[in-house]
Amino acid sequence: MAGVSPPQQGGPRQSTKREERRDDEACGVAPLLAVHGVTLQYKTPDRLVTATYRVDFDVQRGERFVILGPSGCGKSTLLKAIGGYLAPVEGEIRLKGTRIGKPGPDRMMVFQEFDQLLPWRTVKENVMFPLLASGRLAGTAADARALDCIRKVNLHDFADSFPHVLSGGMKQRVAIARALAMEPDILLMDEPFAALDALTRRKMQDELLALWQETNFTVVFVTHSIAEAIKVGSRILLLTPHPGQVRAELNSLGTDADSHEFAALERRIHALLFDTPDTPIGAGVEA
Amino acid sequence: MLPAQRPEIVRDPVAAGALGVVEAPLSLGERIANIGAVRKLALLVALALLWEGYARWLNNPLLVPTFSSTLEAFARGIAGGELVGKAATSLRVLLIGYALGIACAAVLTIVAILSRVGTDILELMTAMFNPLPAIALLPLALIWFGLGYGSIVFVIVHSVLWAVALNTHAGFRAVSPTLRMVGRNYGLAGVRYVTAILIPAAFPSILTGLKIGWAFAWRTLIAAELVFGVSSGAGGLGWFIYENKNQLDIPNVFAGLFTVIVIGLVVENAIFRWIEARTVRRWGMQV
Repeated sequence: MAGVSPPQQGGPRQSTKREERRDDEACGVAPLLAVHGVTLQYKTPDRLVTATYRVDFDVQRGERFVILGPSGCGKSTLLKAIGGYLAPVEGEIRLKGTRIGKPGPDRMMVFQEFDQLLPWRTVKENVMFPLLASGRLAGTAADARALDCIRKVNLHDFADSFPHVLSGGMKQRVAIARALAMEPDILLMDEPFAALDALTRRKMQDELLALWQETNFTVVFVTHSIAEAIKVGSRILLLTPHPGQVRAELNSLGTDADSHEFAALERRIHALLFDTPDTPIGAGVEA
Repeated sequence: MLPAQRPEIVRDPVAAGALGVVEAPLSLGERIANIGAVRKLALLVALALLWEGYARWLNNPLLVPTFSSTLEAFARGIAGGELVGKAATSLRVLLIGYALGIACAAVLTIVAILSRVGTDILELMTAMFNPLPAIALLPLALIWFGLGYGSIVFVIVHSVLWAVALNTHAGFRAVSPTLRMVGRNYGLAGVRYVTAILIPAAFPSILTGLKIGWAFAWRTLIAAELVFGVSSGAGGLGWFIYENKNQLDIPNVFAGLFTVIVIGLVVENAIFRWIEARTVRRWGMQV
């Protein structure tokens, strides 16, 4: 594409990825979400910015896929592209084999901002609204599904409250309930806990994991916190900044926060993200 | 070098009952002062007393009749049915013009929000016509629509349309990007997107526009009736004021103005306040 110059070390890394993909295909598992060579650009009033450059990754059903990287690595832009708000200038994003063209309720988003709930609807109405708007459920069925999801996030006492009386953590729980109620193919979370205080944040991470145990949804979770990535993710994609390129894709096997493995993985991710790119990449990906 | 280690402290909290006041109802005076209607009523009484005092001191009923004689003329006009009839005539024309103006504004802003050329049209038209006083269009309106309600309705539409369109459009543009993305995430588009997301989200601005439009409509109506007198038989409040001025019945002139003020107060404090309480205040968008 015009305006994108290939980086020097881009070539070998791409080929490593492709070999991996062939391995996946050999196993016969079709990915739920396939991101192929996606370059994203957006325009500010006076410049054209390349947010990500030829990013590849697959997300399997039931995975907790975390996109991790420092600010400016285009991770939020990447998530918006999966959400359908932004079209890639190069490459393609496929959900269940279908190319993503526009936003839709099969990919429910949970945003970082607390103002994502509609202020003119109560908690229950907020959870019900996408069900009704998309025509997925109507009447008492929508009502029952909404209440069920609100109960799952422990907000049944607030079902008839308006969002402005809730705390930040509660608002995020409503947003998660609203997304889960739609039973989307994939849940997209854009730093959903970043604006919360540290204690609430830990609690929300635990609750999210418990919800996942219960319903086993597929989630793509964007964060800039290494600890959050290890705790929440089952697979972690590391992106380098300016523009975002894949640095590594690691497994995180639900290690305990105080365990030795957790600290080791944290150190490894830190080294991959912030050290000079001399570290052998292949060794990292295989672990 | 660390200072010597100090002992840890663990305490049992005092039982809430032993603390004295934890929560208590406000005193009667404080509660009364918290009622907006009471405060405003007190202000109105103070203004009326000031008026009465000044008029008595001036002692010239041709310049400023007293509040009591205005009230007397007002009561006479209401009892005799003359003021009621005039007010009804004015209100009917006013409501027709107001409703038409809002309808036109709605069409213009919806087109403006859904297309860029629509935005340009709206911005250009508002910039051109908003500063144009409605009365300046009256001679033209008389030629186009003849001596009658048509011309007055036309100038009222002109005065309502731009104020409402300008505020609504500004409100739409101020809707948070997160809420917009939420709406599109649900798969909403076109008119459904505008009615389900943009209008409620921009409701504070829309309400301000409606209030300004209401005030502009009154001003235009009274001015038009003053300039152009009786229209097709029954005159309105403006004509009532004009007539009584010619007969030097100044208390009646004040009674006519007083009627306009009373209607304005009722609409603002009953109708608009009622809408506010049920919408923007309930949703926590306005305090």
